[in-house]
Amino acid sequence: MRVVVDLSRCQGYAQCAFLAPDAFRMHGEEALMYAPNPDDAQREQVLRAAAACPLQAILVDRPEGRDAPVGTSPS
Amino acid sequence: MSSAHTLRRFRRDGRVVIVGASLAGLRAAEALRGEGFTGSLTMIGDELGEPYDRPPLSKQVLTGWVPADGTTLPRRRGIDAEWLLGVPADGLDLAADQVRLADGRRIPFDRMLIATGVRARPWPVEAEAALDGVFVVRTREDAAGLQRAIAAGPSRVLIIGAGFTGSEIASVCRERGLPVTVAELGPAPLVGGLGAMIGEVAADMQRAHGVDLRCGVKVTRLEGDAQGRLRRAHFSDGGTVDAEVAVVALGGIRNTEWLRDSGLAVGVWGVACDAGCRAFDLNGLVTDDIFVAGDVARSPNPIYEYRFISLEHWANAVEQAEIAAHNMVSTQADRWPHLSIPAFWSIQFGVNIKSVGVPTYADEVVVAQGSVSDRRFVAAYGYQGRVTAAVSFNNAKWLDHYRRLIETAAPFPPPCPTPDQPADAKPVPVDFPGPTLLAQGATVVVTGHDPGERRVTVMRQHR
Repeated sequence: MRVVVDLSRCQGYAQCAFLAPDAFRMHGEEALMYAPNPDDAQREQVLRAAAACPLQAILVDRPEGRDAPVGTSPS
Repeated sequence: MSSAHTLRRFRRDGRVVIVGASLAGLRAAEALRGEGFTGSLTMIGDELGEPYDRPPLSKQVLTGWVPADGTTLPRRRGIDAEWLLGVPADGLDLAADQVRLADGRRIPFDRMLIATGVRARPWPVEAEAALDGVFVVRTREDAAGLQRAIAAGPSRVLIIGAGFTGSEIASVCRERGLPVTVAELGPAPLVGGLGAMIGEVAADMQRAHGVDLRCGVKVTRLEGDAQGRLRRAHFSDGGTVDAEVAVVALGGIRNTEWLRDSGLAVGVWGVACDAGCRAFDLNGLVTDDIFVAGDVARSPNPIYEYRFISLEHWANAVEQAEIAAHNMVSTQADRWPHLSIPAFWSIQFGVNIKSVGVPTYADEVVVAQGSVSDRRFVAAYGYQGRVTAAVSFNNAKWLDHYRRLIETAAPFPPPCPTPDQPADAKPVPVDFPGPTLLAQGATVVVTGHDPGERRVTVMRQHR
């Protein structure tokens, strides 16, 4: 699964790190580090973490939203 | 495309081409579909693979936590696009409404979005840049290569340039226990973006974490061995350092060359556009059908006296993409301006650095809250008596407060008493180094950060 956090919005409430510690970690006192590509087995945890973010700064992909490019390299 | 009827038809079966398949391009595509655009959508990108996120490349990826190819951006919705990847756009024919690709194909459009971003500024001497062990960090491949090189445990890593990227990489290397030398032409790290006071804090932070920080020096030569591997770097002060890995972190170059003959207002500054992301042509006329978003855009910001500002900030790419997408499918009366206050973040040496506003748009700076020695404070920036920016070190929860001060042109120094105020909060001059010092390879630079002193200075290259 794919995750991105808008760190401009993030205010370090650490709710995500509490709910999905394998995908979100605090770095120092208030900086968030996250796994952009956590294991699918963590999906429930990550979705719960995204829902709990007071700033709604966590975006998780919608599987039906995938639209993989079929682009080709000419070379 | 002004009549409501024409616009309705365009929204139903028009053709949109987005050049640049990264954060801004992807978010614009999603926003277009979200706005109900059902016509054809073509995404053009010079890299293969799906759009990916860059900030983790200098952080999570280099620590080894996340593989470089694991930063693909999540999707909010399907965008039903045709993807033309692995081939760059090479030209824009405004008369024919066509984008030209490097392989000769011509892609017609009704409206197009330019989101080609910036690329890493390479080491200027090609033979030295080609040495094994010399890296830039911009793409996934760059980050993967550097990650492998630092995982191998080099004897020393040299970082050339102590802006945000260089400082973040220095921080990761120290976390991994690697000896690090940072060479910075300016008087301190981060000084070009945040001024002398914060620069001094950043310098202390680097040294406290064991970085061999050398300021006011230029790397004059990278020396390799017979096998073409980096061995040593030479400095302008006569010093040298032995290093197996060098990271060139000298900022970016805006990807505008492909638009050189397009008739648009493009140059090293980016693509000039209005606050609604519509590109200007060479005459300064706004175009109807060409839009710009992200790092490559340069637009006037009414909050900063309509000065043209380009920003290489993540949130700016997202916001401009959404504004551009909305305006592409809207009538004149329903267009939105891009009015947001710039914001960025950086994580280095265990400290969360965040900023709102435009720190370079300032003549004074004051520590408004907290303590510099504890690395936990907010510095407020002011220009001619009003608040124009704020930077926090491990104190980000206050930035919304300063954002409101900026938006309401509150007086500087900030008036409202806030908790945790230092007893001796005296404004000092902001003191940015002149860009003539920091600019390498520019033909002209805008000098003077005080807006009243801004002039163009011609840079003469001595060889």
